[in-house]
Amino acid sequence: MPYQVSVFAENKPGKIERITKVLAEKKINIRAVTISDSGDYGIIKLLLDRPEDGCEFLKEQGIAATLKDIVAVTIKDQPGGLHEAAAVLNDSGVNVEDAYGFMVKSRESAVFVFQVENPRKAEKILQDAGFGVMTEKELYLL
Amino acid sequence: MYWNRELETIERKDLEQLQLKRLQAALEAAMNTPYYKKVFSENRVDISKIRTLEHLRDLPYTSKNDLRLSYPDGMVAVPRAEIVRMHASSGTTGKSTVIFYTQKDLDSWTDLLARSMAATGATREDVFQNMMGYGLFTGGLGLHYGAERLGCMVIPSSTGNTIRQIQLIQDFETTVIHITPSYALHMVEEIQKMGIDPRDLTINKAYLGAEPYSEATRDKIQEQWGIEAYNSYGLSEMNGPGVAFECVHRSGMHLWEDCYIMEIINPETGEALPDGEEGELILTHISREAMPILRYRTRDLTRIVPGTCACGRTHRRIERIKGRTDDMLIIGGVNVFPSQIETVLMNIPEVGNNYQIVLDRVKNLDRIIIKVELYSKMFHGDMKELETLKKKVVDELRALIVVNPKVELLEPGSLPPSTGKAVRVIDNRKI
Repeated sequence: MPYQVSVFAENKPGKIERITKVLAEKKINIRAVTISDSGDYGIIKLLLDRPEDGCEFLKEQGIAATLKDIVAVTIKDQPGGLHEAAAVLNDSGVNVEDAYGFMVKSRESAVFVFQVENPRKAEKILQDAGFGVMTEKELYLL
Repeated sequence: MYWNRELETIERKDLEQLQLKRLQAALEAAMNTPYYKKVFSENRVDISKIRTLEHLRDLPYTSKNDLRLSYPDGMVAVPRAEIVRMHASSGTTGKSTVIFYTQKDLDSWTDLLARSMAATGATREDVFQNMMGYGLFTGGLGLHYGAERLGCMVIPSSTGNTIRQIQLIQDFETTVIHITPSYALHMVEEIQKMGIDPRDLTINKAYLGAEPYSEATRDKIQEQWGIEAYNSYGLSEMNGPGVAFECVHRSGMHLWEDCYIMEIINPETGEALPDGEEGELILTHISREAMPILRYRTRDLTRIVPGTCACGRTHRRIERIKGRTDDMLIIGGVNVFPSQIETVLMNIPEVGNNYQIVLDRVKNLDRIIIKVELYSKMFHGDMKELETLKKKVVDELRALIVVNPKVELLEPGSLPPSTGKAVRVIDNRKI
């Protein structure tokens, strides 16, 4: 099961720089980043090539960071690509709490990353429907 | 463990006789000071008529301002050559107040501190790391000499330089520390950040002092450090630390009544209050020849704990200081002590050890902002959880202070760390 790193951040200038500085120094690659915001503060979500190490390095700097289970599924980079996966999840009554995506190869493939209450169950549903659910290694070394 | 069994377990009536004898000597000494000579004559006080302890109430109070106005030596009772030391308060609110000591005064103060430490179970086997400021402030040097007299090995590390403090604890296997509660809370986070479990360190006791703090803070310090934390009380006007100290039972601080006479009064009316009732602590120093101070208004709020202590000491106990009469906040007409806000925050495990209270006035309405840091270990990357936490802090504070507080949830480490006396309240209101 792959992880993303979630970081607590106040909504103020420098909130991203503080994190990227640590990761750059430690030569950790950021594959995707997204911010959810609630006004005064928010959570920065990072997909890293070495999430366990990255999370530890951030914590050493006194940053509130934690590992979070995610599901990553390969989809086609074409109209309706995401819809196919979303429809499967919807049919099974899986509620996607938070999601983001990124392209891997233009016009060919993309990755849809999301958080759900029960990641194992969501993985199984997608696998059964013929989707390529990504393992940790596949995702981190992408 | 007793340091001076006879004095510590003295019968109350013998203690009162000793107090009266020492009070009369202090009054004689006071007559040698320009300040009291003038005050006694203005108030027609005849010291020969003070024949019982109750007569003490006929004397006027001495205030901090009286000390300031007597700067530098208007309250000194001995020739300059007899004086061997001075200390001074920080003077943040005006001119500083200066306290003088003869060699005998220093000996008696040192003895009280050795007595205080012995009451907590400390012995000559202990390694005592003194993380209080050395210098004009009494907190550092006071305990320093007391610990030496007890026979401890003293590490005079003073304040600040957290990394070195931790190194000293590890290298010299410190067993007892003297520290402000706010610094104890900060330091424990630094230790955890280094990947060390503070409970694995050799420390088994901490003496907390120099700042008012809540019982919840004590619990948190005990839990996080894995130690016993003792309350101590003192003020430079009464020598410094060692006026009152907890014994191993940690249920109130024994105020050393052979050296001080205490009264509790209603701070507004001056009415004397019985044991058990909360009010302002009034202290008379009866064992300092260089500078006798009579009926000093400490502005500290506490109460005398009724009943006797299981340790056998006959000196009455005072409860932890709730706050100062002058640091009570009036927010939207409601009286609040910072220590009450602290109690709420320290009982919420998801917030860190550091906090700040900011007050301002918008369109004639008081607004209170409570800044707290998220405790890293309680962060699970869940936005809903953060919202719930914020609401919990708001709700619990509103129950206490009536006005609706604005709570700011901050990143860990973003508030200024305390390495000595912490600044917890910032009042920007213009009255």
